[in-house]
Amino acid sequence: MKSWKHYLGLTVVSSALLLGACGGNVEEDTAEDGATEEQAAESDTASESADQSSEAAVEGEVSGDGSSTVAPIMEALVEEYSATGTDVQVTVGVSGTGGGFEKFIAGETDFSNASREIKDEEKQKLEEAGIDYTEFLLAYDGLTVVVNPENDWATELTVEDLKKIWVEDGTTKKWSDINPEWPDEEIVFYSPGTDSGTYDYFNEVILEEEDMVQNATLSEDDNVLVQGVQGDKNAIGFFGYSYYVANQDTIQAVAIDGVEPTNETIESGDYSPLSRPLYTYVSNEALQNDAATYDFFEFALDNAGAMAEAVGYVSLPQEVTDEQKAKLEEFKK
Amino acid sequence: MRITEQQPGVSKRYIDPDSVTKRMDGRKVINTVFRSLFFMATLVALLVLGILFYRILSQGLGFLSAEFFQNFASRIPEKAGIKAALVGSLWLMAVVAPVSMFLGIGTAIYLEEYAKKNRINDLIRMNISNLAGVPSVVFGLLGLTIFVRALALGNSILAAGFTMSLLILPVIIVAAQEAIRAVPQDVREASYGMGATKWQTIVRVVLPSAIPGILTGSILALSRAVGETAPLIVIGVPVIIHFLPTGVTDTFTALPMQIYDWAKRPQADFQQVASAGIIVLMAFLLFMNSIAVLIRNKFQKRY
Repeated sequence: MKSWKHYLGLTVVSSALLLGACGGNVEEDTAEDGATEEQAAESDTASESADQSSEAAVEGEVSGDGSSTVAPIMEALVEEYSATGTDVQVTVGVSGTGGGFEKFIAGETDFSNASREIKDEEKQKLEEAGIDYTEFLLAYDGLTVVVNPENDWATELTVEDLKKIWVEDGTTKKWSDINPEWPDEEIVFYSPGTDSGTYDYFNEVILEEEDMVQNATLSEDDNVLVQGVQGDKNAIGFFGYSYYVANQDTIQAVAIDGVEPTNETIESGDYSPLSRPLYTYVSNEALQNDAATYDFFEFALDNAGAMAEAVGYVSLPQEVTDEQKAKLEEFKK
Repeated sequence: MRITEQQPGVSKRYIDPDSVTKRMDGRKVINTVFRSLFFMATLVALLVLGILFYRILSQGLGFLSAEFFQNFASRIPEKAGIKAALVGSLWLMAVVAPVSMFLGIGTAIYLEEYAKKNRINDLIRMNISNLAGVPSVVFGLLGLTIFVRALALGNSILAAGFTMSLLILPVIIVAAQEAIRAVPQDVREASYGMGATKWQTIVRVVLPSAIPGILTGSILALSRAVGETAPLIVIGVPVIIHFLPTGVTDTFTALPMQIYDWAKRPQADFQQVASAGIIVLMAFLLFMNSIAVLIRNKFQKRY
């Protein structure tokens, strides 16, 4: 009888110790971080002095969710933003463009990242929920169509070819159906999942809202698509530019209407129609009434270009960046 | 055979050694075939586990350093760390463990010690066993509807902790029921005979001998909660987070969420960071499971 009470006591004490130790670690960690990362320390003091000169330090919580395509840019922005020593706590989820808007409409987030423009039905729901929002562009992405490196026939496609390849018409597609000179072999399809903005964007500009081939392999994880195309000579797939850049040696980008996706062609818009902006939609209410949200987006718009380039996207031209900043300025008090 | 040898005078053999050997050979072959078949089946599982371990360790060890535990997630793979996720998972456990164990053990005590044998209680017992088989995504949706939205807890540690508690509750209840049922009836009766009340019997006789089984089951269930991703995704737990929670109402992220996010990245280096994260998660799970094994070995066979 004693032993079990003894045992219970031991469990309680040890769990308390475990949690206590965890708390201790945390403090140590932050102290070490401050000591080792001189940069962080410097920016700490810099922001402190800035705070002293202006009004009280901004603090609060900002939460967002949305596109997995935009997520790497957001991660970089949050990382740099928190390195400035700010008291604002930013959290960003990665539920996909559609999933992000659902949370935005439910009023659970302050901003929603999207790899396509907001849909009419989403606009309508936001209106019903009484949520006003502002659209900001963060960067450009070139939606890249890729084939296996051994594929030496379909290295250049027109938009019409693409539609012919990807649209569902009830038949089993072979490369020779698109062009008689191409091999008489079945095409294998890889596409991002239906909750992604990438899928929606492709659906809109290439398929013009017609159905995509039924036997396409859909995956929310773009690396699955990359591996699929790497492993099959007859495969074709599409995904964000950064996944192509990271795997350039093992997959081949298809030139669309004669233009290959590169940083230059994406920024200039020559890589059309698959060059697309990446968006974030911010609640006006949060921008107006919450200094933390405004502060984060002021930082985000200033640094979006550099961070986008760092994670494999293409920065906006200067005049577009200025337009975004002007949009934000309107909310300044 | 021995009989025939001992009685050489008997010409007619009751058992013909040749036919026996023949038939035995056949059965021995079948025995060998099935033994090797089942051995192969065991080997497949072990082999896959071995390959997994090898891959994860060879990819992830390079990224496993002190900084990995001290840094937040980063766009630069070398600077990426698991601090937020590890601390988040510990916080999650701090909510899940007491909530699920109190509810689970309480339910088990009621069902085994107090509840009468009737149809309603049988129905409850059956449904609890069925609940254990419900996919975790469904519990995620339940959590989203009740805790996140209806109770307005948001994507806090509390909301996620309650959801995870619900998820593992059936497992804990069933394990605790088994443990309580394993306590011999004689001991209870002896306790009553000494004039103890039901409550005294439960606290001083039944629980002490059932507690090893209960704890083992609970810890195994808790390790399932550590590894679950689906309910967290449904609840909307964020991945990009550069601060640590200071209380149960704060937002957080957890180990499997962080690993999933890294594994989805285009850069090959992030796949290795994901492997490092998996090593941390596996160490966490092995640690918890070894505690369960330890408890079982130490307190087994009290009666």
